Amino acid sequence: MTSTAPSPAESLVVRGTPVSLVDVVKDYGSGQRALDAISLDVHPGEFVALLGPSGCGKTTALRAISGLETIDSGHVRIGDQDVEAVAVHKRDIGMVFQSYSLFPHMTVAQNVAFGLRMRRVASADRTRRVQEALDLVGLGSLGERFAHQLSGGQQQRVALARALVTRPRVLLLDEPLSALDAKVRVQLRDEIRRIQQETGITTVFVTHDQEEALAVADRVAVMNAGVIEQIGTPEDLYLRPATEFVAGFVGLSNRLEGVLEHGRVAVAGQDLVALPNAVQDGPVAAFVRPEDVLLAEEGLPAIVLSTSFLGAQRRTVVQLEAGSALVVQHAASERPQPGDLVHVAFSGRPVAVAPLR
Amino acid sequence: MTTAAAAPVADVVRPRRSGGSRRSRVGAVPSKATGAIVLVVIGVLFAIPLIAMTWFTFQTVGTGAFTLAHWAAILDPAQASTYSDLFAGIGNSLILAVIVVVIIVALLLPAMLLAELRYPRVHRVLEFVCLIPITVPTIVLVVGFVPVYQVVQSVLGSDPWTLAFAIGVIVLPYAYRPIQANIGVTNLTTLTEAARSLGASWPVAVWRVVLPNLRRGLLSSCLLTVSVVLGEFTIANFLGQNTFQTALLLLQQTDPYVATICAVVALLFVFALLVLISTAGSIRRPRRKKS
Repeated sequence: MTSTAPSPAESLVVRGTPVSLVDVVKDYGSGQRALDAISLDVHPGEFVALLGPSGCGKTTALRAISGLETIDSGHVRIGDQDVEAVAVHKRDIGMVFQSYSLFPHMTVAQNVAFGLRMRRVASADRTRRVQEALDLVGLGSLGERFAHQLSGGQQQRVALARALVTRPRVLLLDEPLSALDAKVRVQLRDEIRRIQQETGITTVFVTHDQEEALAVADRVAVMNAGVIEQIGTPEDLYLRPATEFVAGFVGLSNRLEGVLEHGRVAVAGQDLVALPNAVQDGPVAAFVRPEDVLLAEEGLPAIVLSTSFLGAQRRTVVQLEAGSALVVQHAASERPQPGDLVHVAFSGRPVAVAPLR
Repeated sequence: MTTAAAAPVADVVRPRRSGGSRRSRVGAVPSKATGAIVLVVIGVLFAIPLIAMTWFTFQTVGTGAFTLAHWAAILDPAQASTYSDLFAGIGNSLILAVIVVVIIVALLLPAMLLAELRYPRVHRVLEFVCLIPITVPTIVLVVGFVPVYQVVQSVLGSDPWTLAFAIGVIVLPYAYRPIQANIGVTNLTTLTEAARSLGASWPVAVWRVVLPNLRRGLLSSCLLTVSVVLGEFTIANFLGQNTFQTALLLLQQTDPYVATICAVVALLFVFALLVLISTAGSIRRPRRKKS
């Protein structure tokens, strides 16, 4: 006998809605704009991560979409509607916060039902949808518990169910994993991605953790000082960073100063093939990933400063004779010791080359 | 020049702390025996005057023999006129308590919520204003209130309830602190933002999310307010109003036994209020549905 009941995810599937920020400016009057005319298009059903260091404006951008933060100029669009003048509670959004935000005086089920009560959903329908949402996040049996009886990971799962149960047009996640321990963070991260793909909801996810952003997002917008430095797929950002900031912020990179001539960068006598970009010949900074640097028989002489075991690989910091430090990622079977004299060579091209300022 | 970003450094040797096995007792939780001794000493300290006062109310004038006459006198309808001022004073104090609580709930609470949720810069100012009355002696406040009340009485009359405005000022520190302490341990900003993102308007978010989570602070605030109002003497006396405390003073001069009975009952009442305050927050709501 086969069951015809829809899976929890099916009943919560929503039609993805496009979200846009157009030249959005937010100035708190502190001398630097929190958002400096940023524009961002999130496609229907897309998962976009806003990534950047603390104070770069990523949370402000998210709050501008939610309406929790007013903007000074520009437009925020959800679907085909400009929502700058629409109150938060009328924007039809779901939001999960960094800090635990479950209502302490309500049970898990009452928390999840809150948005449905606000929308005056009938009691029977409400009960069914609450159970489906809790099943979706794997907490179907905990509806009668209170927030203080749940772990941090469970609380954020409930918050996710609460945000999704109303079938909002857009799901906004404001560093929902940052308060969790590492193992739970990875589990919940993967779960968020699964649920987003199952429900098809347009999602904007704020994080300062690059690994998190690269692991879950369809596209990542890297922000710095109120502007979006680059928007692209995780591969784009890692392999083809558009700016010096992105090259330094996304993944580890070694910044090497050299001279660009005829498409090749000369660094301490070693040649690196440059990317075919528009940088003019002359002094440049080239960014090389640690995995593109080798411990070799021949190459630039260097002294090992420290080495760390990472599992299958090992990361070693060496000091070039020229005086600067370099991170090398290599097989764990190679075991250089601090103080050893080694040689390093470059196996790949730089991920970015920027004119030297 | 190269920059090695965020490279983990291995082989770090940390200095070892000496004397790590010694644990300081400073700030440690006292043992059960210590707790019990402290509790008994404090209990005795509070109980002795109460017992002495109660014992006094059961004594006959002159002989000191046991009697219930003083307690019976209060309940005797024939002597109602003797204690009419006392009963009127109690009534006035209870009315004042209700009005002052209304002032706290209707004015102070919204002001504190606005300062917390919408205008955080006002927070310091509000705290300063609310704590001022505790730093100024009541007698000094009364000197200021006298000319103000000449106007108040010309507009609103001289009924005892008008004292609520003055007493509302002196209870501010006691009313402010419990609510603020509750706000401090509740992330109201995030809770209201969560409620609003789920479709609740501001008033609905406050009613359904904020107030239930401030229940303990609000209840404590109201009970403290009631106890301060019932114990307030200076303002009522100087502004010539009959309240529980002023009536008690007059009664003391004519019938010290009944005055003492009232004092004992009032003390027990306030004690009960304080017990209620301390247990209010630990009451776990929800009845659980049986599965």
